Amino acid sequence: MTAAPIVEGKLARRGVPLIDGVEKVTGRARYTADLDHADALVGRILRSPVSHGEIIRLDVSKARALAGVAAVVTGDDCPHTYGVLPIAMNEYPLARGRVRYRGEPVAAVAAIDEETAERALQLIELEVKELPAYYTSETARAPDAVLLHDDKPGNLERDVHHQFGDVAQGFASADLVREELFSCAEINHAQIEPHASLSEFDPLTGRLTVQTVSQVGYYLHLMIAQCLEMDSSRIRVIKPFIGGGFGARVEALNFEIVTALLAKAAAGKVMMQLSREETFITHRARPQTDIKLKLGMSKTGRITACECHVVQRGGAYAGYGIITILYAGALLQGLYDIPAVKYDGYRVYANLPPCGAMRGHGSVDTRHAFENLLDRMARELGLDPFAVRRANLLQAPTRTMNDLVVNSYGLAECLDRVERASGWRERLGKLPPSKGLGMACSHYVSGAAKPIHRTGEPHALVNLRLDFDGGVTALTGAADIGQGSSTMVAIAVAETLDISLDRIRVIAADTAITPKDNGAYSSRITFMVGNAAIDAAKNLKTILVKAAAKKLEASPEDIECGEVFRVGKGDQSSLPFADVVAAALVDEGAITVKGSFTCPPDFHGGKHRGGAVGSTMGFSYAAQVVEVSVDDATGLITVEKVWVALDCGHAINPLAVEGQIEGSVWMGMGQAMCEETRYLEGLPAHASFLEYRMPTMAESPPIEVQIVESHDPYGPFGAKEASEGALAGFPPALVNAIANAIGIDLNELPVTPDRVVEALIQRRRQAKLAKTKAAS
Amino acid sequence: MHAPAPQPKKRLLRLRLNGRWREDAVAEKALLVDYLREVAHLTGVKTGCDGGECGACTVLVDGEAVPSCITLAVRCEGRDVETIEGLATQGRLNRLQRAFHEKLGTQCGFCTPGMIMAAEALLRRNPTPSDVEIRTALSGNLCRCTGYVKIIESVKAAAETTS
Repeated sequence: MTAAPIVEGKLARRGVPLIDGVEKVTGRARYTADLDHADALVGRILRSPVSHGEIIRLDVSKARALAGVAAVVTGDDCPHTYGVLPIAMNEYPLARGRVRYRGEPVAAVAAIDEETAERALQLIELEVKELPAYYTSETARAPDAVLLHDDKPGNLERDVHHQFGDVAQGFASADLVREELFSCAEINHAQIEPHASLSEFDPLTGRLTVQTVSQVGYYLHLMIAQCLEMDSSRIRVIKPFIGGGFGARVEALNFEIVTALLAKAAAGKVMMQLSREETFITHRARPQTDIKLKLGMSKTGRITACECHVVQRGGAYAGYGIITILYAGALLQGLYDIPAVKYDGYRVYANLPPCGAMRGHGSVDTRHAFENLLDRMARELGLDPFAVRRANLLQAPTRTMNDLVVNSYGLAECLDRVERASGWRERLGKLPPSKGLGMACSHYVSGAAKPIHRTGEPHALVNLRLDFDGGVTALTGAADIGQGSSTMVAIAVAETLDISLDRIRVIAADTAITPKDNGAYSSRITFMVGNAAIDAAKNLKTILVKAAAKKLEASPEDIECGEVFRVGKGDQSSLPFADVVAAALVDEGAITVKGSFTCPPDFHGGKHRGGAVGSTMGFSYAAQVVEVSVDDATGLITVEKVWVALDCGHAINPLAVEGQIEGSVWMGMGQAMCEETRYLEGLPAHASFLEYRMPTMAESPPIEVQIVESHDPYGPFGAKEASEGALAGFPPALVNAIANAIGIDLNELPVTPDRVVEALIQRRRQAKLAKTKAAS
Repeated sequence: MHAPAPQPKKRLLRLRLNGRWREDAVAEKALLVDYLREVAHLTGVKTGCDGGECGACTVLVDGEAVPSCITLAVRCEGRDVETIEGLATQGRLNRLQRAFHEKLGTQCGFCTPGMIMAAEALLRRNPTPSDVEIRTALSGNLCRCTGYVKIIESVKAAAETTS
């Protein structure tokens, strides 16, 4: 396969503000809850009060009879399951026969106002015969545990067993072998916009319009068609502004389907706005994870073997679970050169809200364990943490043992940059007491090379439209959820045509207008949609150049495209863009072109079962250094500063790339320091922003970003992803910095003050014990 | 047939909203955020939590940053209420709006109106805030996208702007 030519960007080297930024800073941006719903019914959901049980009786007759209630729906109204993988769709929008977590939707009402809707919920009579409930992977996997799903023995959604290379030989040849247990708490996306959905069913035309918070509109579209038994051509799903996603809205979500069911039943318009508590319960975030990791290392720091055992507590339904447990193993590779890897992963069902995809999907917790153990072993061997990473670098292009292709690899430069910027060599070991430095590396995919739903379509498609007004309209199904993907599309088109960014407008994510797009997940948009946008712009350029050449009586090869089309060097003849457009429209009329992008099969990962997960055409790479202060009386950790370098191939919009890197590092910091979902007998005890603590501005450090550009041979202008790769490095860098500051290794996330204090007390106790022993 | 829910008691509310006096009948228990969004149609005011946790609903009441989701609308009788919609004047962005736009102090944009209003209150009170003063003043406004880095840069840039 030949490498695509790298197109050097021109417009955006310093970066441009978001093309929809003015809407956001003026308050004009309309999010789902802001859409006109004055005449809409109010939707509300009745949720299961128990964690596990059989529904004995569900009587909605009194609720239906309440004046002002337009519709009540239950599991009886939807006998179809929905979900992510065709082989694992085991969830109903409203429970049928059985509830499997506290807060699971059981029934829903649409009424004329909030008070009536709330009152109707109270009138629903629900009787549930409780079953034993399991809140940990261990209890759910016990031999005598009641099965959540009859077809899943052992309450195992999926177990994965992969082995590459000679692991036994790898450990035998090691100078040092260490094994540690790590535990990472479940966390949540906690996007600031609560979930909301507005559905309108027109009984006269039989059409349904859904405006909702989805990151993947086309898929929700299909799931609604399936659940409502509607012809999908009668459905339209529109994405308004979205207040953050981070993976929360990648799956079709129960409340979105429920709102559509209500709209159809009520033959009208229904607005469903979930509370923050309900938004937390909808969940689909990073699972609680237990990791047993064993590494072998030579005296020089070369990794000789890796053995990793992962258990994820996945919650009550499949969701993205199979993908998550596969990612956790697959992405052990692709960052370093490791000669032997064994992975055993277990995804477990438990009576808690379902987990799903969250930024850094599947990779974060195993990367945390890996980078921690790597540091501890380096310390034991007297090696510098940077030296150990450098001893295990890959050489691109290469193919890992699990068939992941690495086409560009800027990790070495990332290491150099943060080592220098942080003053690592001069400062490590010379900081005042209780202050420390730690570092770690991470990586992430630029979209899955083999999509989950294999339809044979291209991975991405962009349409461009050019008409009499001279404006170029880009139509893309890619959902801009704040990451700036529409701006990226505009830049890609403007740079290819060498025209002003103002000339471009982007219409995104409306299934009636924009071409289908696989959506905003796994950091696929820049790589895939960016390439499709460039392809479309090249096709438009060909048409315009031909028209200009005819008009200027020159050969098309000599025409330079831009706001003014010119005949090559030296020739003075030129034609303004508007005149070129007018010439191109003669005989043809309005121009519509299409551009596409497809990942060739060569990049689709290994042939082993689950081998497609982790495959991508471009990995991003990151290294970061974290500086901390630890108060050894209170256990309070302060992050003083973070230095991070990320290889995103090429920064199409450096301003947005910086923003993504800062945001992902900070989100890693939240997971590392304070974020944790907690359940008391299945009851969410974290379901508010007071209980679910994310770092405030007062606690958030300066983050110094360095962009490394390795110019990927296949990325658009050489670009790769920039939104997820840096996240996974923060938690281990922090824990490594704490070890450097106070000499304590912590194996649990988050590293809350009580955990630090507990570890300090234990150390004092052990020191005292050793002293007593020595004295006797 | 069950009787419908009783209608809440209403009162006439007079206040100055984004510089213009207006009167509306509002329920006594109505929250300021609901009044602003549903009666005055100022949907730039956001609800991000179940009450007083995130700052997305921040507006100015007599120049002071207030979470409108835990403020009763009737408490604003005769007072001056400002929302994000009132900041841009005569087709020009306010200095904070411009800085948040140009410096990428906004990503998804959901926390942005509340964040800008809280920053506006800060700059009126303290035209040249230090990093620590910015961090303290805005610590009640949560953002999930930016890591706050570019928000702080935006506020500082706005403070350095004269208009």
